Amino acid sequence: MDSALIPRGVKRCPLWQFLLFIGAAGIVLLWGVYAMFLCWFKGLNQTNMNDYYGFALWIWADLAVIAVGGGAFFTGLLRYIFGKDALKNIINYAVLIGFICYSSALLILAIDIGQPLRGWFIFWHANVHSMLTEVAFCLSCYFGVLTIEYIPLILENRQIDKVPFFHHLGHNMHEVMAVFAATGAFLSFFHQGSLGGVAGVLFGRPFAFREGIFIWPWTFFLFTWSAAACGPCFTILVTKITEKVVGKKLVKDNAIELLAKISGWMLLTYTIAKFIDTWYWVTVLAPSQGFTLMDFYSNNPLYGIWILITEIAICGLVPAAILITPKGRKNPVALWIAISLAVVGVCLNRWVMVLQIMAVPVMTFDNWVMYLPSWQEVATTILPGAYGVILIAISYRYLPVFPNEAELNPMEPLPAEEAEEKSVEPSVDLEPELTPAEA
Amino acid sequence: MKEGRTHKRFQKFGMVIDLDKCTGCGSCMVACMAENNVPFRKDESNKLLSITWMRVYKLTNGMPFPETDVCYLPRPCMQCAGQHEGHSPCVSVCPAIATDYSMESGIVSQIYTRCFGCRYCMASCPYHARYFNWWDPIWPDGMEKYLSPNVSPRMRGVVEKCSFCFHRYQRAKDRAYMEGRRELQEDEYQTACTQACPAGAITFGDLNNPKHAVSEMVEPDPKHSGRPKNPNAFRLLERLGTNPKVYYLSSREWVRRAGDNYLKNEKKVKKPVHHG
Repeated sequence: MDSALIPRGVKRCPLWQFLLFIGAAGIVLLWGVYAMFLCWFKGLNQTNMNDYYGFALWIWADLAVIAVGGGAFFTGLLRYIFGKDALKNIINYAVLIGFICYSSALLILAIDIGQPLRGWFIFWHANVHSMLTEVAFCLSCYFGVLTIEYIPLILENRQIDKVPFFHHLGHNMHEVMAVFAATGAFLSFFHQGSLGGVAGVLFGRPFAFREGIFIWPWTFFLFTWSAAACGPCFTILVTKITEKVVGKKLVKDNAIELLAKISGWMLLTYTIAKFIDTWYWVTVLAPSQGFTLMDFYSNNPLYGIWILITEIAICGLVPAAILITPKGRKNPVALWIAISLAVVGVCLNRWVMVLQIMAVPVMTFDNWVMYLPSWQEVATTILPGAYGVILIAISYRYLPVFPNEAELNPMEPLPAEEAEEKSVEPSVDLEPELTPAEA
Repeated sequence: MKEGRTHKRFQKFGMVIDLDKCTGCGSCMVACMAENNVPFRKDESNKLLSITWMRVYKLTNGMPFPETDVCYLPRPCMQCAGQHEGHSPCVSVCPAIATDYSMESGIVSQIYTRCFGCRYCMASCPYHARYFNWWDPIWPDGMEKYLSPNVSPRMRGVVEKCSFCFHRYQRAKDRAYMEGRRELQEDEYQTACTQACPAGAITFGDLNNPKHAVSEMVEPDPKHSGRPKNPNAFRLLERLGTNPKVYYLSSREWVRRAGDNYLKNEKKVKKPVHHG
């Protein structure tokens, strides 16, 4: 029924199957939307946050999706600025994943604030000294950039592309995409960093506080670095999951391997930097404030020293070692393990930098505080996941997200349909194998 | 007029709490709640959700009987100045300037109508002196008539905290202005908790004025961010560099040591970490 909207040369599942899939994800989405409206209308008392845990589950989710969404800016940087040509086959998907991650992050922020109608105060009454202000500005601007990067892909839909205006608009947007990629990389450097700065500047919280350069604590650079390292791993992970779900290969191995290799080296250097930062914190900074390492990791059921070992060794060194070796990244199982660990690692890092900060007592007569999210928090945290699945499904069905798909999965053309299509195609149509970057 | 402003001596209001005198009766907490229209709920058993601008902690020395010793520690907002005046942990992070540091009084304000409830300030405060309004205030029938007309009640979704009864300062200034005076007398501006304490454990005044009792009691050292010269005086978490304006007095070594974190076998307080 919707075959006229489906890109040429590729096969899609029947419409009923697609709608069933969207419906299932839609139920989860509606559950999240219901919880979201509860939070908006009844207030944040719907959560299990409290005066000790002022930041909780969805703020972690917010930081995590921004970190894993870093694949968009870093892949864009590699593709458009450093000219890594092989990445042209995955850049569309990286942009789409980034778009989903960042729109989710903005939605979470809108749910998180106690007075949602005053959200614009952060722009209007901006405190230029606050890291959160920097986050808000760069995040919003970068979301705008991602939207601009996503629009040309939408315009490539078979039916939209038939309209000359949209066709030319898309073509011209492709031509200036390098400018947006550079802008996106610049903005991402600052908002990823300032998210790290949000924790690092808390000089009243020895678990979070770090020294640094000028106004930027070391966490500023570590957050950017880890997002650049692990974001592409998430892009690969989602690509691999999508390939499993649709049952066919969508991206050529050379693109995946190149991205995995660069990610691996980024992850290795990040892990070394993180280790040095941790070492200095444990041996110099924390003791100067009267704390030892184990003051931050003991006397509680959850935040044991295992969390630090898992983050740095298991989710840092292990995936880095796999990804930097050709044998490791060419082995499908090893690649799956490496990218999964890298994603878990960066999410764990964001968890620690949001929730553990709240849990660690600072005053000597204070106690560790544990926190369990309410169902409303869980639902609103899952909401972006359902939204992402739906947007990916729609985009995959109707847009040429994967330029290599037709080549990797050849199918018998239907002569009558093809002929009909050609008769209405505009004469200025792009060559089918051309990607946004090449157009 | 311009010259007058230029030569104005800034005040730095602070508090000294004598922990050897505090009995833990909680009068300061009650007075604070009544004075500042602090909201409460029917069930206040979960203290992680209770709003207590002034909160009394119970400390013990951890020794078995008969060496057991107890100390009650009232904790208002510390009105931190930070390492350079105005760089309080909370003021520096608020993205919308909904909390501000007054150079004139040294008091950290909270602008309820500006706050949009991001709670970053709460995360930054190591004293847990900031509270979020998880609910709209609901007063028992008829209680609205007993609310203080000088303090605006807060709405759901914003952060609030102790203001050193700032409305009393404004009122005292107004009165002084009407009487043609520029300077306030020490007793003209006192917080509700200070006046309510039956043991006289709380003293309030201008730390910049050497004649005020608070200055005489702790002898703040301006060369070292106001660190007290009095050996029995201390500030909570001095080493973090928050530079609070609430001082504590105690003749007991374990109480003074409980005010900050120390490494095992560490005797002397090291120089506080400097924060840019």
